[in-house]
Amino acid sequence: MGINRREALKSMVLMMGGTMIGANVILTGCAPEDRIEGLDFSESEIAFMDEIAETIIPATDTPGAKEAGVGSFMTVMVRETYNKEQQETFINGLNDIKKNFKSEVGVEFMDASHEQRLNFLNALNEELRSGNNESGPKYISMLKDLTVLGYFTSEIGATQALRYVETPGRYDGCMDYKKGEKAFAL
Amino acid sequence: MANQEYDAIVVGSGISGGWAAKELTEKGLKVLMLERGQNVEHVKDYKTATQAPWETNYRGRRSIEMIENHPVLRRDYVLNELNVDWWAQESESPYVEKKPFNWFRGYQVGGRSLLWGRQSYRLGDIDFEANAKEGIAVDWPIRYKDLAPWYSHVEKFAGISGSRDGLDILPDGEFQPAMEMNCVEKDVAERVKNHFNGKRLITMGRVANITQPLEGRTNCQYRNKCWLGCPFGGYFSTQSSTLPAAMKTGNLTLRPWSIVTKLLYDKDAQKATGVEVLDAENNQTYEYKAKIIFLCASAFNSTAILMRSATDVWDEGLGSSSGELGHNVMDHHFRAGANGIVDGYDDKYYFGRRPNGIYIPRFQNIDGDKRDYLRGFGYQGAASRSGWSREIAELNFGAPLKEALSEPGPWSMGITAFGEILPYHENTIKLSKDTKDKWGLEVLEMDAELKDNEIKMRKDMMDDAAEMLEAAGLRNVNKYDAGYTFGQGIHEMGTARMGRDPKSSVLNGNNQVWEAKNVFVTDGACMTSAAAQNPSLTYMALTARAADFAVKELKKRNL
Repeated sequence: MGINRREALKSMVLMMGGTMIGANVILTGCAPEDRIEGLDFSESEIAFMDEIAETIIPATDTPGAKEAGVGSFMTVMVRETYNKEQQETFINGLNDIKKNFKSEVGVEFMDASHEQRLNFLNALNEELRSGNNESGPKYISMLKDLTVLGYFTSEIGATQALRYVETPGRYDGCMDYKKGEKAFAL
Repeated sequence: MANQEYDAIVVGSGISGGWAAKELTEKGLKVLMLERGQNVEHVKDYKTATQAPWETNYRGRRSIEMIENHPVLRRDYVLNELNVDWWAQESESPYVEKKPFNWFRGYQVGGRSLLWGRQSYRLGDIDFEANAKEGIAVDWPIRYKDLAPWYSHVEKFAGISGSRDGLDILPDGEFQPAMEMNCVEKDVAERVKNHFNGKRLITMGRVANITQPLEGRTNCQYRNKCWLGCPFGGYFSTQSSTLPAAMKTGNLTLRPWSIVTKLLYDKDAQKATGVEVLDAENNQTYEYKAKIIFLCASAFNSTAILMRSATDVWDEGLGSSSGELGHNVMDHHFRAGANGIVDGYDDKYYFGRRPNGIYIPRFQNIDGDKRDYLRGFGYQGAASRSGWSREIAELNFGAPLKEALSEPGPWSMGITAFGEILPYHENTIKLSKDTKDKWGLEVLEMDAELKDNEIKMRKDMMDDAAEMLEAAGLRNVNKYDAGYTFGQGIHEMGTARMGRDPKSSVLNGNNQVWEAKNVFVTDGACMTSAAAQNPSLTYMALTARAADFAVKELKKRNL
């Protein structure tokens, strides 16, 4: 319904000769500069999600979530597999991160170091996990879920962070394993 | 199109229909196989079978659109973006749930043979004798010895891998070498065997995935993507096995998009003369004539065809004079069992994605074991190391999380029971008075439920699972009953049962309709009881046996 309402508003704005920027004004009643609205993610919004994902799964000796394109993957999943309530939680969460990061850390998330981002997101994760606050930042578990899913099923994640064998050809039910060896991709 | 004549018509192209077509064409009959849905060509139409995970849209998840368009399919794991076209379009083919019922239908060439779980077990004497001994429903008109040679016949051709365990409860067959248990399963099996003095056995699943090549087929490649169609022909399906054999004879005509509305019945001769077909694409009606007809349209659809046939003679259709047509709906009830964590084995792993698990044959109500219900259940399960989707509570975000999830996690093992449902006369399907499908045909109305016997059994299905896993030394053993909706086992059985008396059964001991001896029903509809074993292998054997009988009778001019 949310999407339909937005589409309806877009049409209305277009009919009135307005622009798409105007649609956000109608939806929110105000025009804060950098809020993410709706599900038509822009390049900079995808870059923002890429950096969040990269904080959760960074480049190490193998590439991280950004190079695996997890930001773009998130947009597909949020748009097509989330229901309206989940979409709102997710979008509001991104906006909260953007806003609160600036006020708490003093710099824009996109300009901050990996450590600053990591500390901030880990604090949110702790808040959710502690379970004290029922309205805790549920969007953190969404971001983690989509990052882990998107990364380990990506070509980079499956073939570099994991061992991907398209056609095993045989089954060995009892092979030796040494700590540090990668898991097989599904 | 002109009306056409064949020696035999096979309705349905799934596991049973494929076998009927193979056996009848190989015996020289000209056969028309009718399939209500689209064609699916072997290998060529397995469009997602070689897709990498990153080439899929939702990586195993479901879109809102998929969920909205599949109000029934979404109730279980079966709704998957990669093979969603191989399930019936629910908006075109609705059904009525007088009581909750999950009906997962495969409307395409190959039917659910493309999608099935492939577990393949013989029924034993205890199963064929149970109704008579316990005074339940009616006696099966056959015994294990009648079907044993036909089990062998179909096992050899279909290719069933498994171990020979020498059990009466689960007779051995003509198996290819079994797949391998992993180290944890092997050790758990040993501990359970010792703890229960050999009365409970964990064996490798007997499965229609081949471990040695067969004609035109490569042995299983351990990709575990069977439900997308196998480009190697690694598992039994109509496409990989029976259809090429039937085609090779030059005697088979396959007609997709052909909905059989009814049998054409000659009441004077007491025989069917053919079928009426509604073309699902152009909505035209055609008649095809044949000397014999095999109904293999899946249990409930075969019965629906009977219900719509010969209604000028019997209001409720051909076979209804028994009072049993549409009755005795069965399935296997499941989703109750236990799981737990296996400590140790950190230095062990496995290579390959085995499309199979372990099996624990029924041990209830046999060999001195006595329960407060009849019959019993078997378990399916597996041990594995968890993957990247596991929760690691102690780790926050960043490199350590990435590193940990890149390695295999702890071992766990789970088993879930598949229990027998008794044939209850009052568990029924019937044609709906007011709901029709896209083509104007009356749809089925489901009215079936579990009763005391099954509900009592479910408690043991949990408790016995936990008992075994605990005996095997697993930690944090969690027993569960995740709930079961009738039909969810996707093992629909009954509604046109075999029996010894036309007054209480729809079919005789050769799967012939009592009032139309040239009509054979050999899919799940014919089952007189359900046993606890996965049923498809039994449909194969019954179909091959009935086809052999039909051709002999035809030659004797008895049909």
